[in-house]
Amino acid sequence: MLKLRDIQAGYGEATVLHGISLEVAAGEILCLLGRNGAGKTTTMKAIMGLIPVTAGAVLLDGENLAQIAAHEIPKRAIGYIPQGRRLFAELTVAENLEIGLMVRGHGSATREKVLDMFPRLRERLRQRAGTLSGGEQQMLATARALCIEPRVLLLDEPTEGLQPSMIALIRDVIVYLREQGVAILLVEQRVDAVLSIADRVAFIENGRNRDTVDAAALRADHSLVARYLGV
Amino acid sequence: MDFGPYLFLASLEGAVTAAVLALTAVGLSLVFGVMRVVNVAHGEFFMLGAVVAWWVASYAGGHPAIGFALALLIAPIVTGAVAAVADFLVLKRLDYDPERTIVATIGLLYIIQQTVLMTYGPEARPVEAPFNVRIYFPWFGYSTYKFFVIGAAVAILLGVWLLMTRTRFGLVMRATQLDRETALAFAIPVDRVYALVFGLGAALAALAAVLIVPIQQAHYLMGGDPLLLSFIVVIIGGLGSLAGTIVAAVLVGMSDGIISVFFSPTLAKIIATLLVALVLVFRPQGLFGKRAL
Ligand SMILES: Nc1ncnc2c1ncn2[C@@H]1O[C@H](COP(=O)(O)OP(=O)(O)O)[C@@H](O)[C@H]1O
Ligand SMILES: [Mg+2]
Repeated sequence: MLKLRDIQAGYGEATVLHGISLEVAAGEILCLLGRNGAGKTTTMKAIMGLIPVTAGAVLLDGENLAQIAAHEIPKRAIGYIPQGRRLFAELTVAENLEIGLMVRGHGSATREKVLDMFPRLRERLRQRAGTLSGGEQQMLATARALCIEPRVLLLDEPTEGLQPSMIALIRDVIVYLREQGVAILLVEQRVDAVLSIADRVAFIENGRNRDTVDAAALRADHSLVARYLGV
Repeated sequence: MDFGPYLFLASLEGAVTAAVLALTAVGLSLVFGVMRVVNVAHGEFFMLGAVVAWWVASYAGGHPAIGFALALLIAPIVTGAVAAVADFLVLKRLDYDPERTIVATIGLLYIIQQTVLMTYGPEARPVEAPFNVRIYFPWFGYSTYKFFVIGAAVAILLGVWLLMTRTRFGLVMRATQLDRETALAFAIPVDRVYALVFGLGAALAALAAVLIVPIQQAHYLMGGDPLLLSFIVVIIGGLGSLAGTIVAAVLVGMSDGIISVFFSPTLAKIIATLLVALVLVFRPQGLFGKRAL
């Protein structure tokens, strides 16, 4: 469904990605692993068109997203949950969701469905997003992206700084979305947080691909992880 | 006249100043808040509004109210369109870099000013008030048009507030202001929002000018004072805070009016500028702004 073919991207003069290739199918969780500064967040920004892709292609069902305006990309049903959540802090919970709903013109049916997944948000609809707890903020960032009714979902370190109960909730949601046929690209730093749900794991280093392996193989042999991450 | 009625008159004058200033400054504040652009050409949009109002009024003929009503409609549209085009042609190409946009809007200031000088000329020209009834207090008579100016400004500001808080476009503007990149990731066409906001800011200045031009006359150099006072108001109110801007406009406008009547307009400007210096030293985020900018 989503396919990155040898993309280069960066910030201003500095090229950060030197040819990244990935492929995520519908109903699959591809986990992107790599050390701090490897280029995981940059890869997601390149997919969303937030930084220019200077070479290669970002293909969604054959269409090259690198050639369309950034604000058109989410309308292709791509939901993005940025690192650090990036909520509209001064807006209320309801307004943050409204921004998500407006992307593809969804209405109260979608909103209700999403709120059923995160009942805590329903109690806080009129509260400013910046005043939510860390876990609630992550719920809202996820809910906002789900308001797009995404076919592809990009999650950048969604469990960063969360309590175990909240991590479990986020994982349940991700697994549920996979069952619904969503193509999921998941970035994590901690291997143990993803090994149990990922289908495949792509390792990246210094803006370049290393191997992509089946998660089952990693689960069977933990020493592989140490080798790829060099820890 | 006794002191009491004199103060009453001064307050009325101050309220008119405050009303027009609030409109102008909210335009400047909106542009800075959403786009982070310090628009040095804002006073020229004010001037352009007044000049367009004169043109419309002088071509309309008939009862002065017809020309004035048309000007109230056409001047903000024309001025807003000029601003939106300037945004598209200039500011967008500078990637909204804070320093370079300051230089660019200084350039814009001179382009607009000189274009008006070459076409409209150096004369100051009046626009006739739509109505000219005077209301008589025991001590002095006063133009009802000035009350209309205050009422119209309040109505327009209420409209801006409803636009920002109750409409989808307002929501989109606030989201863009808070986080431009995330707004893009949620399909908000940030470029178009910026052009509209820049146009809207200019249109508000133009509206203020249309309201004031029956009192003050249109002149190609009239943009200086509104620019200075708007900056003062926006800094005192807290950059980008609309509510703070309005409160500061009332504060500065009222004291400007009162001090001008009792002492001199120059003293009023001196005190306002001094106030800005004090605010910048002791409360750089403005009276109503948030600390982290
Ligand atoms: N806004 C930016 N401007 C310039 N360089 C950046 C920016 N953001 C990240 N980088 C650089 O790009 C590289 C990859 O960063 P990033 O994609 O955030 O890594 P990761 O998400 O894998 O930790 C790093 O070397 C980082 O310093
Ligand atoms: Mg990152």
